[in-house]
Amino acid sequence: MLSCKDFLGWLNDYLDETADDQVKAQVKEHITNCPNCWVVYDTTKKTLQVYKGMEPREVPETLRNRLMEALLKKCGKTG
Amino acid sequence: MATSGTPPSAESALPLAEMDDAALVAQTQAGNVDAFAELMRRHDRKILRLARHITGNQEDAEDVLQESFLNAFSHIGNFAGNSKFYTWLVRITVNQALMKLRKRKSDKQVSLDEPVQGDTDDLVREIAVWDETPERTYSQEEMRRILDDAIESLEPIYRTVFVLRDVEELSTEETAQTLDISVPAVKSRLLRARLQLREKLTKFFRRGKGDDAFAFL
Repeated sequence: MLSCKDFLGWLNDYLDETADDQVKAQVKEHITNCPNCWVVYDTTKKTLQVYKGMEPREVPETLRNRLMEALLKKCGKTG
Repeated sequence: MATSGTPPSAESALPLAEMDDAALVAQTQAGNVDAFAELMRRHDRKILRLARHITGNQEDAEDVLQESFLNAFSHIGNFAGNSKFYTWLVRITVNQALMKLRKRKSDKQVSLDEPVQGDTDDLVREIAVWDETPERTYSQEEMRRILDDAIESLEPIYRTVFVLRDVEELSTEETAQTLDISVPAVKSRLLRARLQLREKLTKFFRRGKGDDAFAFL
């Protein structure tokens, strides 16, 4: 069985689903039997989920206008 | 490159908003500035977020956004289309943002080459189950602030790898290429970044935390 330190070493590959079947099985067995590592796995997984689910803020219209002006200036259309 | 006019193209019959990025790049390369303006509109929110996460400063992020788009526009003739336009733009933005960060912190060297310090098991202190739906405890704006503050509190070498891999969803190899570091360096920094963020977010998202909102009743 994996130690808790080994589990941390494989955590990224397990979360990213890049671990091979043997490692996957070992990690799964470890987190089934080690409540603390299960919490670390579950909360790290949720960390990634909350970041992936967060839409970026709208860009303020004033900033968009500034960008367009800078682009047009670069083209020599204004300024 | 030409700066105005609409080049003759089968694509030009299609409204710009309906073209994919590759077609807009081709239009820009042929001199259609409006096509580049559409690319800016399409990607500005994510590029501003990326710049904000790396620089940790809104004013710098806005400057980086502008510099990155203008830089991309100036060099669009060299864009060969081997990668996606967005990935190319991300690379330009990361470089601009890191330059800005280094300038801002000229007294404190910002390096992406530092070796990773310490053991990862030192990074696991908080063992607490999270709420199933932390997003129901906080408004969308509060969630954004919590998540942004957590990222920006990480050291640049960790937050840059995290935003490229887990927010922008670049591959490990693309992240290594963009930052000019090795694949093992990306992997070890990503693990430390994820564990540090987990630790910081646990303070907000642990089960029962939402109940505190009613503690004054």
